[in-house]
Amino acid sequence: MAAYIIRRLISGFIILALVTLFVFFVMRLLPGDPLIIFMGRSVSSGNMSMEQLENMRAEYGLDKPIMVQYLNWIKGIFHGDLGTSIHYHEKVGRLMLERFPITLHLDIFSLFIGTFLGVMLGIAAAIRRGTWVDTLATGFANIGITIPVFWLGVVLMYTLGLKLRLLPIAGYTSPFDDFWMSTRQAIMPVICLSITSMAVIARQMRSSMLEVIKQDYVRTAWSKGLKERVIIFRHVLKNSLIPIVTLLGLAIGIVVGGSVLVETVFAIPGVGRLLVDSIFAQDYVVIQSSILIIATIIIVVNLLVDISYGWLDPRIRYS
Amino acid sequence: MSVLLDVKNLTTQFNTEAGIVKAVNDVSFQLNEQEIIGLVGESGCGKSVSQLSVMQLISAPGKITNGEVNFEGRNLLDYESNSDEMRAIRGGKIAMIFQEPMTSLNPTLTIGRQLTEMLELHLNMTKEAARERAVELLKQVGISGAESRLDDYPHNFSGGMRQRVMIAIGLSCNPRILIADEPTTALDVTTQAQLLELMKDMVSKYNASLVIVTHNLGVVARYAHRIYIMYAGNIVESGTTEEIFANPQHPYTKGLLKCIPRLDEEKGRKLVPIEGLPPNLINMKSSCAFAPRCSERLERCLTEAAPPLRDIGNGHYVGCFEK
Repeated sequence: MAAYIIRRLISGFIILALVTLFVFFVMRLLPGDPLIIFMGRSVSSGNMSMEQLENMRAEYGLDKPIMVQYLNWIKGIFHGDLGTSIHYHEKVGRLMLERFPITLHLDIFSLFIGTFLGVMLGIAAAIRRGTWVDTLATGFANIGITIPVFWLGVVLMYTLGLKLRLLPIAGYTSPFDDFWMSTRQAIMPVICLSITSMAVIARQMRSSMLEVIKQDYVRTAWSKGLKERVIIFRHVLKNSLIPIVTLLGLAIGIVVGGSVLVETVFAIPGVGRLLVDSIFAQDYVVIQSSILIIATIIIVVNLLVDISYGWLDPRIRYS
Repeated sequence: MSVLLDVKNLTTQFNTEAGIVKAVNDVSFQLNEQEIIGLVGESGCGKSVSQLSVMQLISAPGKITNGEVNFEGRNLLDYESNSDEMRAIRGGKIAMIFQEPMTSLNPTLTIGRQLTEMLELHLNMTKEAARERAVELLKQVGISGAESRLDDYPHNFSGGMRQRVMIAIGLSCNPRILIADEPTTALDVTTQAQLLELMKDMVSKYNASLVIVTHNLGVVARYAHRIYIMYAGNIVESGTTEEIFANPQHPYTKGLLKCIPRLDEEKGRKLVPIEGLPPNLINMKSSCAFAPRCSERLERCLTEAAPPLRDIGNGHYVGCFEK
């Protein structure tokens, strides 16, 4: 088990190294210059001279050869310095510290809700197969998969926020400052973030349950005189969750990717929003570092997912 | 000997898209206290379905359409399949062992849990008491190191060992009846013999009755007191084991006997298989289902319905025309 985890960590490390290479060099391939964009946006840039521009270029190390720039970035990461944003004039580490908890708050919430509701919906559809419950759940799941998240966001804002005035239209408040407000503001973003993974999980859960219900050991469970509830939750659920765990790794990707859209739509100052703003500003350093952090999270979560298989299915041994 | 289980005119059918399949057609049988009976027939003749019907474990599109299952003064078919009364019977009073030991145990639960959940349910035992009882049961079915094996998962056991665990589960709540549905089919011959011996000992220890469902007359010859022969959803012959082996009356029974070797016969006899296959049970004709394969077929067999079981003395019944 320990050997397995170490091996996975090493391979994760290699993947991250490839991610840094890819992100760094692809960004540099794009036409445009972050400094000129910055100058164009800043108020005081009208009287900025070429000399000042070159000074700034040197300040950010952008005058050095591209390989040196890459190595400097990597060296910085190992020293805990992710670089300095051109656009925000701030250390990327600080920016992340500000924005990361926001994204984490909404994403973890969405992942939890999406998984829980997805599993429940799948169970309901499977054990009431062919009834209106099944039709409703399956239909809902199909809508959830096809619906564009940003469109859903706008529709929710318009109906629940603007017309019915049930929820605040946009924005973010920390739950430590105002828990009630924070929760109300989080509802619509969480719906948008969780709907796709919920739909995917519900569909997989349904077919997985239907598969397990046919198994001989479930018939054995019935022959023992157990209640239906006990059979479903003790004998069927754990066995049907195995393919769901695989999906969890995928769901993380869906939610994190969704954050980019949802945070933009709902004006939430999280990492997703930061990433979008930085792309428009061609703020190399922020983009590189955000993507590196997101990639790290996805790799770690997938490792946790793979380890949890062993808990669900005792036949799986790690070697 | 008093009657423990009295099944009368049991009919179970499956409504499939291709038509109605009468898997069990007007079947009656009795099981006495502390008796072992064998239910014998080819695959797909309704043996298993008849036993699952007794337990009300038939799922859609199957349906029990007629009959009575009288047990301890009640007709079990009066109860809903998922009623509390029926669940108390299942596992508590009538337990079942299935054909495939490799897949009949839940791979994600320990053997201990699969034993104790039943003890806790039917005998209201505490967790500790159930665990102790589970160890005792595993010892009784011959699993060494029972205490530590309780926390093992099914994949740590061989097929024969798993079937021993199934027997322990089946008998854990002192049921009156144990139904073993092809319990040894998936196992090798030496393990088969050991398990049958174990089952016989265990049911006599617990004063239970045993129904052995099998396609192999050889399996039941040694253990069963009485034998029911089934063909295409009907019982075609029944009698004591001695009568069936010494004096088979139905051509199908004779055919079954001809295709197994016997120790008490002259050397060099060729084994004779029964020609053809069992009929498709969809939309059956009303004439005798075995007639097309029968070596003693009469004209009337192809046109008239097979006669009801006829008493020919010595507790021997046969569902064939008198020759």
